[in-house]
Amino acid sequence: MMEALKVEGVEYIFGIPGGANLPVYDAVHGADFTHIHARHEQGAGHMAEGYAKASGRVGVTFATSGPGATNLVTPIADAQMDSVPTVFITGQVRTDLIGTDGFQEADITGITYPIVKHSLMVTEASQIPEYVHEAFQIASTGRPGPVLIDVPQDLGRAEIDYEPNTKPVELAGYKPSVEGNINQIKIAAKALASATRPVIYAGGGVINAEASEELRELCLVDDLPVTCTLMGLGSFPAPNEQWLGMLGMHGTRAANYAMDEADLIVAVGARFDDRITGKLSEFAPNAKFIHIDIDPAEISKNVAAHIPIVGDAKAVLTALTSEYRALQPDGTRLAEWWGRISEWRKEYPLTYKDSKDSTIKPQAMIESLNRATNGEAIVTSDVGQHQMWVAQYYDFPQPRRWINSGGLGTMGVGLPFAIGAKIACPQETVVCVTGDGSLIMTVQELATAVSNDVPVKVLLMNNGHYGMVRQWQELFWDSKHVAIEMGESPDWVKLADAFGCAAARVDDKADLDQAISDTLAEEGPALLDVRVDPTENCYPMIPAGAAARDMVG
Amino acid sequence: MDSGAPNLTELDQLAAETGSLTGRKHLLSLTVENKPGVLARIAGLFSRRGFNIDTLAVGPTEDPNFSRMTITIDGAKHPIDQVTKQLNKLINVVKLRDMEPRETTAREMALFKVSAPVESRHEIMQFAEIFRGRVVDVSRKSMTVEVTGPADKIEAFERMVRPHGLIEMVRTGEVALGRSPADS
Ligand SMILES: Cc1cc2nc3c(=O)[nH]c(=O)nc-3n(C[C@H](O)[C@H](O)[C@H](O)COP(=O)(O)OP(=O)(O)OC[C@H]3O[C@@H](n4cnc5c(N)ncnc54)[C@H](O)[C@@H]3O)c2cc1C
Ligand SMILES: Cc1ncc(C[n+]2csc(CCOP(=O)(O)OP(=O)(O)O)c2C)c(N)n1
Repeated sequence: MMEALKVEGVEYIFGIPGGANLPVYDAVHGADFTHIHARHEQGAGHMAEGYAKASGRVGVTFATSGPGATNLVTPIADAQMDSVPTVFITGQVRTDLIGTDGFQEADITGITYPIVKHSLMVTEASQIPEYVHEAFQIASTGRPGPVLIDVPQDLGRAEIDYEPNTKPVELAGYKPSVEGNINQIKIAAKALASATRPVIYAGGGVINAEASEELRELCLVDDLPVTCTLMGLGSFPAPNEQWLGMLGMHGTRAANYAMDEADLIVAVGARFDDRITGKLSEFAPNAKFIHIDIDPAEISKNVAAHIPIVGDAKAVLTALTSEYRALQPDGTRLAEWWGRISEWRKEYPLTYKDSKDSTIKPQAMIESLNRATNGEAIVTSDVGQHQMWVAQYYDFPQPRRWINSGGLGTMGVGLPFAIGAKIACPQETVVCVTGDGSLIMTVQELATAVSNDVPVKVLLMNNGHYGMVRQWQELFWDSKHVAIEMGESPDWVKLADAFGCAAARVDDKADLDQAISDTLAEEGPALLDVRVDPTENCYPMIPAGAAARDMVG
Repeated sequence: MDSGAPNLTELDQLAAETGSLTGRKHLLSLTVENKPGVLARIAGLFSRRGFNIDTLAVGPTEDPNFSRMTITIDGAKHPIDQVTKQLNKLINVVKLRDMEPRETTAREMALFKVSAPVESRHEIMQFAEIFRGRVVDVSRKSMTVEVTGPADKIEAFERMVRPHGLIEMVRTGEVALGRSPADS
């Protein structure tokens, strides 16, 4: 296994040992990669995801059988929803114990069938290297995703012969399409040239395809307006005249109204999630759709495509740009459309009311971070209001700088994502913007950061609540507030201190910029407890199930 | 003008992909790798995506590395296109065909245990004969008939014998192969 992992170029593995994977851990001794000992398997799994999202390479996690393996269920589901290339290698009880309810036996392959891209149950020791290669290939190609390899303890310790294999594996049932159909691409170029109210709707697939440059090229042909999903932020450089901001539930009015009135929408590596479409029957009622996606099953799943193009975003965008350019589209046809968009932008900019006293507004905290890092940090977040405010108020000029959980919306990912990202990109400033509700879910990983010397910066947006849930209860459940208060426990500065992590607190907006710079300047891992206005709501917002034009706030 | 790309001048000329609901029964023929867990993956996919399997038949093929699964599913209730695309995403599914009804030979076998006192025994045997069925078990009170054919034939036989008292019935689900062209 170690040899095969070496052939795959693995540099880091995140994990926790236990009885059933001790044979694997025995081989970690003296292996060619660095093992990062996380403090909880969920943390290890999210670190591997953070590593993968920041670097584009496969993130690898080890866990033991039973509880070790079941602790991976959340990161596996997260990686599946957000298409993160990951390989999870679990120990399993000895083959003679399988099916007997043996000690620490859990059918992890069975448990995870619905949430993996693929899984491989080792039944003979000789399969191990072959399965490792299969797993890496499946995890990292086509639409990426998690692959699980379950290795019974006795097979993990067997001696086998292995000739390092560097050839791609042949898999009869797996052939992702890369090149899009050129005829479809030509029709798409013509449609685009005849559209007068087009919008490019770019998603996480553009980042996965490393196609940001190609996206920019297309939009530069004649000034096409672009909006990105939460997962696509950074695929088009922000801020930018052509960029309308994020679309969807907490997107900008300019982006959502443009979708609502568009005559042609070009979806690239985006999957028409319900946070985008809102009420499906009233979504973009005037638009025709070009849908570019590497996964045929995404096309016409939620919204019927007029011009479906199955292929890799990079290859398709390159071809589309050259076809489009060849048509010499008349840029003046977009003048009226841009006029309309500019009005929305002027009338509805992203904004908030700053406090009259010293209270820190959460949005101001993100603006301050944006200034302090010049938009150049890798920012991870957890799930909640703070996540949306980062998406709205931090400008991501490049891909792979914004790492969060969109599809599963997993609280607790922020800190481990940051650790994984920092390990992947040691030269970059890595900041985790988190909420007090989320951070407590995986706070034990501060120990991982401290003991492995991973200098991540945690900016805690502390509103004393599950802010997002409080907002929903206030808006949609008659302010009947239940189970949302976090109160004063823990004392975050003391808690961080107990982990050996530098920590400070700030509650006066006059001190905010300085406090953030000081935290970023710390040599090791550091936490800043930022006390923000607990009553602030995140706007604008499309209420769940409503149409884009009915945005509120 | 390039033959592949029509001279599109108006967006209105574009039509959306259709085919969400076809309104008829579909017979999907899958070649799957003979590996542990394949059936669980397929069954799980159906239940997770809210698709209902009407019938499912699994068995070996000419190649021991692969099994054949024949699944029937109602195209009036399910977007067949999504069903086949999702099935195709499973790595263990090597080939999938949505069988064209007119070019397919589909057969199912069923066993009917029918209440058959002496006075109605003759009539039931006549039905069996008309349907080219075979009586495979007889007792003083009942009779078991084996019928093979397309699903509608099985259902027609069921309608015939039900008034006589259908004690038990079991069906295999359809299996199918594509028809060979006439000249081969
Ligand atoms: C609290 C909360 C609020 C949210 N609010 C919003 C919101 O306001 N706006 C918003 O946008 N999202 C929001 N989300 C996120 C939302 O739930 C979805 O995760 C997100 O919209 C999906 O982004 P995407 O369409 O870019 O798809 P992704 O999940 O990033 O999927 C990528 C797509 O690209 C395809 N793909 C992958 N690789 C390639 C390739 N090489 N070439 C071509 N295609 C490829 C995949 O097949 C897939 O279809 C929110 C999430 C949370 C937790
Ligand atoms: C693991 C998990 N449990 C529950 C939820 C539901 N949920 C969504 S947002 C949220 C509150 C988040 O609170 P916090 O981290 O403090 O962020 P805030 O909204 O206050 O910025 C909850 C409980 C979730 N997304 N993930």
